[in-house]
Amino acid sequence: MTRTEFMQGNTACAEGALAAGCRFFGGYPITPSTEIAEHMALRLPKMGGVFIQMEDEIASIAAVIGASWTGAMAMTATSGPGFSLMMENIGYAVMTETPCVIVNVQRGGPSTGQPTLSAQGDMLQCRFGSHGDYSVIALSPASVQEMFDLTVEAFNLAERFRSPVFLMADEIIGHMRERVIIPDHVPSNQRKPYEPGSLPFRAGEDLVPGFPAFGKGYGVHVTGLTHDERGYPCATSPKLHEDLVKRLVGKVEGARGSITSCDILNPDAEVVFVSYGAPSRTVQQVLHDHPDDNIGHLRLKMVWPFAEMVLARFTNAEAFIVPEQNLGQIAREIERHTDKDVVTVPKLGGDLHTPGELYAIVENLK
Amino acid sequence: MRHEIRFSGFGGQGIILAAVILGRAAVMYDNKYAVQTQVYGPEARGGASMSAVIIDDEPILYPKVATPDIYVIMSQEGFEKYGIAATGEAQMLVDSTLVHSRPSCHYIEIPATREARESLGRDIVANIIMLGALVAATGIVSRSAIEKAILDSVPKGTEGLNVKAMTRGFELAEEAISR
Repeated sequence: MTRTEFMQGNTACAEGALAAGCRFFGGYPITPSTEIAEHMALRLPKMGGVFIQMEDEIASIAAVIGASWTGAMAMTATSGPGFSLMMENIGYAVMTETPCVIVNVQRGGPSTGQPTLSAQGDMLQCRFGSHGDYSVIALSPASVQEMFDLTVEAFNLAERFRSPVFLMADEIIGHMRERVIIPDHVPSNQRKPYEPGSLPFRAGEDLVPGFPAFGKGYGVHVTGLTHDERGYPCATSPKLHEDLVKRLVGKVEGARGSITSCDILNPDAEVVFVSYGAPSRTVQQVLHDHPDDNIGHLRLKMVWPFAEMVLARFTNAEAFIVPEQNLGQIAREIERHTDKDVVTVPKLGGDLHTPGELYAIVENLK
Repeated sequence: MRHEIRFSGFGGQGIILAAVILGRAAVMYDNKYAVQTQVYGPEARGGASMSAVIIDDEPILYPKVATPDIYVIMSQEGFEKYGIAATGEAQMLVDSTLVHSRPSCHYIEIPATREARESLGRDIVANIIMLGALVAATGIVSRSAIEKAILDSVPKGTEGLNVKAMTRGFELAEEAISR
């Protein structure tokens, strides 16, 4: 039965994972994500799942990748310092096409920075933090409800694209409590199984190969080295490498127009806010308080892959205002895709932009 | 109508739990919207602790408390850090056992910690006395909602003690208001 709860964002994330079918959590506790691990430790064993606290975040993501290769839906949760440690193995998950969900409840950085305060400083790290060329999917929740809903979505996308998917939350959304509606059933996308007779890394039109899970009778070689369709290393052929990397990037980037998820308000506006995560809540307040100003709002629920075509939905836009809890990471991406003015509104230190601060920028542009 | 309620005291008094219970009462039993946030730092263990709740009939957009209209203050340090700026229009409930200063806004003195210790035998329920007094003084949620939310949130075996504490809070607030 669908039920209403008054729940913390991090708890809602864990509940979303369980509803989606996650049965493995490997992690190392870190503020402000710890409640996700705590809730999974409480709930997973009772559901026949496995919770394991690893010795660090490098081992955590390694355990998640291993669990996923047995066919389990697997996740970890961390924050900045742990996220940095996971970067090498995130590239391994990309190269081996391992479905997994990585939650980053962002806090102030660099380094240990501000453990208890909110930030969005890892938005480019999640896109580019591992070495080599690749593409990823990243979602950004702006409410406790979306901590649940977008975690479900993250698992479905990970399974569909055989790719790591990031839930890029922030301390504000992770730690606040509010109303959340938990449905009885959630949409579930299982990874496409391997078809005997094919090759384990041979993809069809969707560029995603079927998954030969360990323990199902297949002998499959999994490697981070450049590999052929059999999965065997072949690290010296320029063409093989180029084809593989272009397929890995293409399976995500090619789908960006169809999988992107955003809210669009007042598409005829001249001044348009672009936001994701906690600052979206301030933008929503500004639009609510000033209905006659016709202010536009593009709220990105999926930040990566960046679907630049949605910017064109704002046909009269003269300026995009981008409030972020960083020094302008996604504003830089928007600048790449528009000839309109892009106004960055950086906020560091943990506080959320106030409605007054953001409305003052609208007034200055008039 | 948006109401912003700020709770402050010292770590261990149940300041955060009080805010969670209030938010839960509003959402689960009065069919309102609520957002609960807290200062999430090491100072919560012993130093001044702060938690806030926003309650509204409409969905809550901006989730942070800017200017509280209701304060519940349970320690002197909490008052100095989180209550001293209260404006004239705000309402404040102070635990008069532990808060020695008096605010410049409207306020009600509730000797919650003394009552918890002397009448109920347990300091730990002072926060529940304050919750009862808050609901009696402001009507921010219904009495049945706060009672149900308290019962959802306290350890098994302590339900009777906590309902007594809530009831005592209602009585103390009514006495203070009629004085």
